[in-house]
Amino acid sequence: MDWNALNLSLKLAACTVLILLPLGIWGGRALAVHHFHGKAWVEALLALPLVLPPTVLGYYLLVAMGGASPLGQFYESLFGRSLVFSFEGLLVASVIFNIPFAIQPMQRGFEAIAPEVRDAAACCGLSHWRTLWRIELPLAWQGVLSAVVLTFAHTLGEFGVVLMVGGNIPGETKTIAISIYDRVQAFDAPGAGLMSAALLLISLVAIGAAYFTSSRSRSRRHG
Amino acid sequence: MAEDGIHIRLRQREPIALDAVIDCAPGEVLALVGPSGSGKTTILRAVAGLLRAKQGVIHCNGDCWFDSERHVWVETRRRRVGYVFQNYALFPHLNALHNVMEAMLELPVDERTRRARDVLMRVRLAGLESRVPAELSGGQQQRVAVARALAREPQVLLLDEPFSAVDRATRQRLYRELAELRRELAMPVILVTHDLDEALMLADRLSVLHQGRTLQSGEPQAVMTRPDSVEVAQLVGLRNVFRAGVIGHDPDRGVTLIEWRRHRLEARLQPAYAAGQQVTWAIPQGYIVLHRRDRPSRGEHENPVSGKVIEFLPLGVDVALAIAVNGPGRPPLFLTVPAHTARRNGIGPGVDISVSLLAEGIHLMPADESRTPAKPA
Repeated sequence: MDWNALNLSLKLAACTVLILLPLGIWGGRALAVHHFHGKAWVEALLALPLVLPPTVLGYYLLVAMGGASPLGQFYESLFGRSLVFSFEGLLVASVIFNIPFAIQPMQRGFEAIAPEVRDAAACCGLSHWRTLWRIELPLAWQGVLSAVVLTFAHTLGEFGVVLMVGGNIPGETKTIAISIYDRVQAFDAPGAGLMSAALLLISLVAIGAAYFTSSRSRSRRHG
Repeated sequence: MAEDGIHIRLRQREPIALDAVIDCAPGEVLALVGPSGSGKTTILRAVAGLLRAKQGVIHCNGDCWFDSERHVWVETRRRRVGYVFQNYALFPHLNALHNVMEAMLELPVDERTRRARDVLMRVRLAGLESRVPAELSGGQQQRVAVARALAREPQVLLLDEPFSAVDRATRQRLYRELAELRRELAMPVILVTHDLDEALMLADRLSVLHQGRTLQSGEPQAVMTRPDSVEVAQLVGLRNVFRAGVIGHDPDRGVTLIEWRRHRLEARLQPAYAAGQQVTWAIPQGYIVLHRRDRPSRGEHENPVSGKVIEFLPLGVDVALAIAVNGPGRPPLFLTVPAHTARRNGIGPGVDISVSLLAEGIHLMPADESRTPAKPA
């Protein structure tokens, strides 16, 4: 069992969730509430990581963050090291390829709130923050929870983009998915099997817990 | 414009046409009536600040909430409106008490709880404070919505078809409760409804809207029996609308004489219309008296007309009749009588009957060539 890789994957997943949670709430809510020209294009752009082959996405991220790019050069001037093949670079890539997994469930959650409920909150004199905290988030929490779980599980399992942007540096960019691939390449079937089982278990527990919580809340509401 | 109460002037062409002038005094209930799509809810939303009209002003108790020319716009949360939405829009995850408490955030928690309990008691919901909306009946949800709207101590109370989502029996009970409650209310109340009976029961004044335009405002009974135009007559459900010529006036007897289909009819004195002028006239059904076929009475001298029953439509305890006066092919006279009266008088399809058109109920309006008077349904 490559504990280093597992630790790194869990850390990457947790950091991705932490960054995407507020961004997803903001973006998902904005897309649910506002109607504007070109909204369909914005939604399509945000959904792109779902359909793009991971290698294509990884390639563009590599180009965008590489030493020749403005972003890569800016990062290097600040921290004295390259953004690609680093944990930070991996995190940027992870945030980008998880955008649809974070935004879409939250958007559906916010869309499910009747517009009059928001209007009623305004008529009650509630501030934007109070409305979000006290009314909207408690009503959209299932969408938020789904987004968190999907983002977490998807980050743990992502392979293509991680390999393209992060490479395979132990302790820095070698996630558990890459480690499993390594083990298979080295004909270490028991090692690959153990890590695959661990990944399967973590994902199953996360998704199972999310489904269980939301079905309990549904039955409470309709019961 | 008086300082007290709410004064609304709204104009826009798109996306929903509006040309509305509405005033409502403190303690007064104003009903906005009109067909679906006439802009009733749009006006309420504009008053609440949920929608910004292109042009207009809204003043409430001396405060300017909206003035398009002076670029004044007060956002919803600062307007102090109590809004009861058509489907109540209660916060589904909060119980009745917390739904009401959310409207009083400026108060300390203890005070908020006490006041919320008081308001819920006022709307007869004591004991149900801990129930979430899904555990309440439609009528109870409506009361929570009213309590929440009142809890804010609003400067204006806006009711958007508040009785449309409950069954008939509950609605009757809620009418009585609102009628009682309104005596305690000191703010202007604007009630949106498409139900004229509801407006008659609850409102002090009525404003008839069509395509965003306020056509006529006044006391409900007056608007419904004395509409300003054929358009209003049709919107308030007057079906007996016909054309006639003015013969002259007799101020001593308080009557205006008109000629309608070779009948000389006496109408309430309406000297604004000159002799010889073409007019449209209308009569509410309550002013048409059926003559008893077996026993004529003195009242039959007042504008008697007769004709054949061409439509006989039983409607529960009543029967709707259409009477062809002076032959078929012309708009008939509509009349609803109790079924037992129809039976006793032997009224049925094809039977000749006569009625009196009470002069007091004959209301004249400008002739409107663009509109044809009511046709048989």
